[in-house]
Amino acid sequence: MVLVFAETWNGGFKKATFEAVQYGATCAQSLGSSCIAVVMGESQENLASLGAYGADEVVHIADSGAFEPNAFAGTLADLAEARSAQMIIVSGTANGRSLVGTLGMKANAAVITNVTSTPSNTSPLTVQRGAFSSKGVETCVSQSDRTVVSIVPNSIGTGSDDGADASVSTAAASGTAKTQVGASEVATGSIPLPEAERVVSGGRGLKGPENWSMIEELAQVLNAGTACSKPVSDIGWRPHSEHVGQTGIQINPQLYIAVGISGAIQHLAGVSASQTIVVINNDPEAPFFKAADYGVVGDAFEVVPKLTEALKKHFA
Amino acid sequence: MNILVCISHVPDTTAKIEFTSDGSALDASGVQFVINPHDEFGLTKALQIKEAGGGTITVATVGNATVEATMRKALAIGADNAVRIDAEPTDPMAVAEELAAHIASASYDLIITGTESIDYNGGIVPGAMAAKLDLPFINGCIGLSIDDGQIQATREIDGGKEQVSASLPAVVAGKKGLVKEEELRIPNMRGIMMARSKPLEVVATQGAAARSQASSFAKPAAKAAVQLIEADDMDSLVQKLHQDAKVI
Repeated sequence: MVLVFAETWNGGFKKATFEAVQYGATCAQSLGSSCIAVVMGESQENLASLGAYGADEVVHIADSGAFEPNAFAGTLADLAEARSAQMIIVSGTANGRSLVGTLGMKANAAVITNVTSTPSNTSPLTVQRGAFSSKGVETCVSQSDRTVVSIVPNSIGTGSDDGADASVSTAAASGTAKTQVGASEVATGSIPLPEAERVVSGGRGLKGPENWSMIEELAQVLNAGTACSKPVSDIGWRPHSEHVGQTGIQINPQLYIAVGISGAIQHLAGVSASQTIVVINNDPEAPFFKAADYGVVGDAFEVVPKLTEALKKHFA
Repeated sequence: MNILVCISHVPDTTAKIEFTSDGSALDASGVQFVINPHDEFGLTKALQIKEAGGGTITVATVGNATVEATMRKALAIGADNAVRIDAEPTDPMAVAEELAAHIASASYDLIITGTESIDYNGGIVPGAMAAKLDLPFINGCIGLSIDDGQIQATREIDGGKEQVSASLPAVVAGKKGLVKEEELRIPNMRGIMMARSKPLEVVATQGAAARSQASSFAKPAAKAAVQLIEADDMDSLVQKLHQDAKVI
């Protein structure tokens, strides 16, 4: 049996949740068993609809409260034990990453994170994962009867969503919180970076924070998230939450557009898993061009508005 | 306050990563190893806490003798003593159990780690260790203050941040933001001299069983050469993104 932590945010499903459910359903099929999605906390979603992504059953644990790693891990581990789960699937969101180690210990499981593909074998469970900040691909084999697998958001994608409704049951939370969760602040209207399918990113080549409207306009046309390089967040032009790279957020969108970023190895480590990379830089020697699919050598202040206009025309 | 900072010994961020010809492991020849960058923020935070309220800072690493150079660097930066747990860190759950056994045998008020190590990118050890010790756990910590045994922390969430509080003892996994980049300490000559005589204790392994194993490593598939597009021809870039790359 495969258990999936079907994460919600403010009661709604995240895109990464559908991906995790579908991943779980694929694994369940290989194992010849069923896929159970676990929704924790109040939710206004139609829970049976997770069946569209392959869940056979949805267990709703409404009294879970806000996300807290010890509490959520405790409840999930108890459920995994009661249902003899062989795999527990988690998406590598901020909450997912907070959950996995605790969950692995409580569920007496192996834990494999940063997973980027479906298992090549389910007995023993064998998966590929990113290592060395995307500079390496590791094949990892579980040596345990139960494995927690955390998948990189956007790395698998969601395929068909035409499955039948899942059956829905309810259960009570059994985990206990060890920390008290207070207020949260989330930038409104922006697309969370790890989930964004397209990302537009700016570097020092933009010369100052006052020039970011150009990046935001391009992002808006593409329905993309905005990001920046480490130097830009270090000098305070943009918030730390936008810093992508080895010590910032690691992303793998379908499209990454880097404007005025030279492409230091630490930056590439956080973005090189992107499917398609476009680099716009006035320096033809910028190392980023070597890692790019498409390159434009030119002045960002001329190129970016032209690209925005061309995209507007395309989407019109 | 008695603080433990768990540090990883990892290839420098600028290191070119190569694997052995049989693909079984990292080829460490010619690779410079450093303190895991996320752990450096935690070590500096520990120093600030000690400077404000007194205490002792211990650093711990699971590994063979090759990690001692990195541990000496942490001592040179200002940690008071070091503990090396003599085991090969091949599986994060086993590493967590080894560290938890050491922590249970001592009396730490606060355990700080990096949110993940930049080599194997697991991000598993801190939470697993907290669970093993039945301690509160705060991940992705980007702000921390401690007053009268109470932690007030800020943790990173997708697209923002969240306030979390807990009682000591606790496990905090930090990253950039825990302290500012410009606050990071680098060892000075006096620190390096003093580090030579600071205690570095070697503790025997608990023999924690590995729950997973890396069977092979490879480099990611190489990208095709970049296609350059003229700066005044953005229509053709849009067309390529649409028709060839199929990303718009």
